[in-house]
Amino acid sequence: MSTSAERGAPSSRRHWRKPPFIANPLLRWGLVIGVAIYAVWAISILPFDLDRISQGMTRAARIFSGAFPPNFDRYELLIDGFLESLQIAILATLLGLALSVPIAFMAARNIAAKPIYLLGRAIIIVARSFHPVIVAILFVKAVGFGPVAGILTLTLYSIGFVAKMLAERIEEIDWGQVEALRASGTRYISVLQFAVLPQIMPRQIGLGIYQLDSNLRASAVVGIVGAGGIGSTLMNAFGRYDYDFALAITMVIIGVILVSEAVSGRIRRNIG
Amino acid sequence: MTMRTTPTVAERTWARYTPQQRWKRFVTLLVVVAAVVWAVESIDIIWPWVWDAPAQVGDLFSRMVPPDVSRLDAILWALVETLNIATIATFAAVLLSLPIAYIAAQNTTPNRFTLWLGRFILVSSRSVNTLIWALLFVAIFGPGVLAGIIAIMFRSLGFLGKLLGEAIEEIDRRPVEALEATGASRAKVVLYAIVPQVVPTFFAVSILRWDINLRESTVLGLVGAGGIGVILQGAIDTLAWRTVATILLAIIVLVILGEALAAWLRKKVI
Repeated sequence: MSTSAERGAPSSRRHWRKPPFIANPLLRWGLVIGVAIYAVWAISILPFDLDRISQGMTRAARIFSGAFPPNFDRYELLIDGFLESLQIAILATLLGLALSVPIAFMAARNIAAKPIYLLGRAIIIVARSFHPVIVAILFVKAVGFGPVAGILTLTLYSIGFVAKMLAERIEEIDWGQVEALRASGTRYISVLQFAVLPQIMPRQIGLGIYQLDSNLRASAVVGIVGAGGIGSTLMNAFGRYDYDFALAITMVIIGVILVSEAVSGRIRRNIG
Repeated sequence: MTMRTTPTVAERTWARYTPQQRWKRFVTLLVVVAAVVWAVESIDIIWPWVWDAPAQVGDLFSRMVPPDVSRLDAILWALVETLNIATIATFAAVLLSLPIAYIAAQNTTPNRFTLWLGRFILVSSRSVNTLIWALLFVAIFGPGVLAGIIAIMFRSLGFLGKLLGEAIEEIDRRPVEALEATGASRAKVVLYAIVPQVVPTFFAVSILRWDINLRESTVLGLVGAGGIGVILQGAIDTLAWRTVATILLAIIVLVILGEALAAWLRKKVI
């Protein structure tokens, strides 16, 4: 469309061509070649073992035939596991919400002093960088198997997300109310309480409902490493080759997650 | 707040909430308190362990300093492996999610059966966590990177397919109609009317998922599916806490670099 040869041609012979996605041809081909080399290298170092995979297929057949039909005979264990997951999620959400408020205040650029801001950000980055499962393993080693490790893990997980979002909300607040209170000579703590907190509370409640749903999901996973809840039940079933019970648990987890997602979405839409 | 109870302006007092709002807030508070009381009362907690927890966590941390860097080569190689798992799985999932998004979007799906098939694939992929997928694939393919890649791929499919499908449902119909009016084939309509409209979402969602996958692939090793988690688990099992500290620091660095790269790519591409 734009090269000189085409421009010289009569208009009837001109042909529209899709403009390339990246205009610079050097960068474009460089990227393509780079990605191709990376792909070949990365796939070539994969330990593909066809024997093992074909063995795996018969093993998969055994697992699946063992899993069907799902076995709900031990529904009491399943319900107990779920109630524990729910308890872990509730307590971790509340602890996380409460602790994330001061951390969010620390990590908001507009109200915290520079060193405190950096400290707050560092806490958030550390809490966000680790997958909850890694944190759960450490807590299981430190405080033993069971729901306490789960609660501590998910509290940290909640802080990472809620404090980050809340700090971003604090950075966007209407500054007029802060100035009004400061002009009247209010103490710093009272300024936070009466000018900042009311502006961020709606966001905090929305985040809390989202996080409850998120924690319920995560509590199904941290249980796999021994931090209590339905995940522990699942892991035990898997470890004992009770694939039919494991399938039943997985199906119930999926069902509960779908319901909890729908409920949490509805509540957030209503209050938002 | 009604006028009958407060006949004169002078007698009216300002209140932040109407009585109805106040009741709602009170009931909500009651529900929350009841939930907490129920949770604390009936949860299976050994309280002495809880009071002991700060000391135990402190003890664990004191065993971690100073970090032991003698196995740095193995750790760095495991980081590369982790990066490879996340990247290969994201690429594969992106490619596979395109047809699924196409059939799961209401305006492009060929018929009702394919619509429900697409939605079923998305929901089942999304609701099972990566680690649970990994447990299954480790049982099938044996421990190793392959199981990890396939597990992450399965989980990413639902995420990518759902967001892409939503983007397809929100496109402007007019370019599609214009192309159909010229008699363009179905493939050309997709390529020239739909694809250009969803390309920004496509890249945004792929980059976001790559970032998430990088985090998830750090834990796959804990169930035997390759990556840095394998040596983390090994170090924890042998109580080599100072090596654990090095691995944890390495994971933080990897995740932060990944997040920075994702942010840079997002700015560059979109």
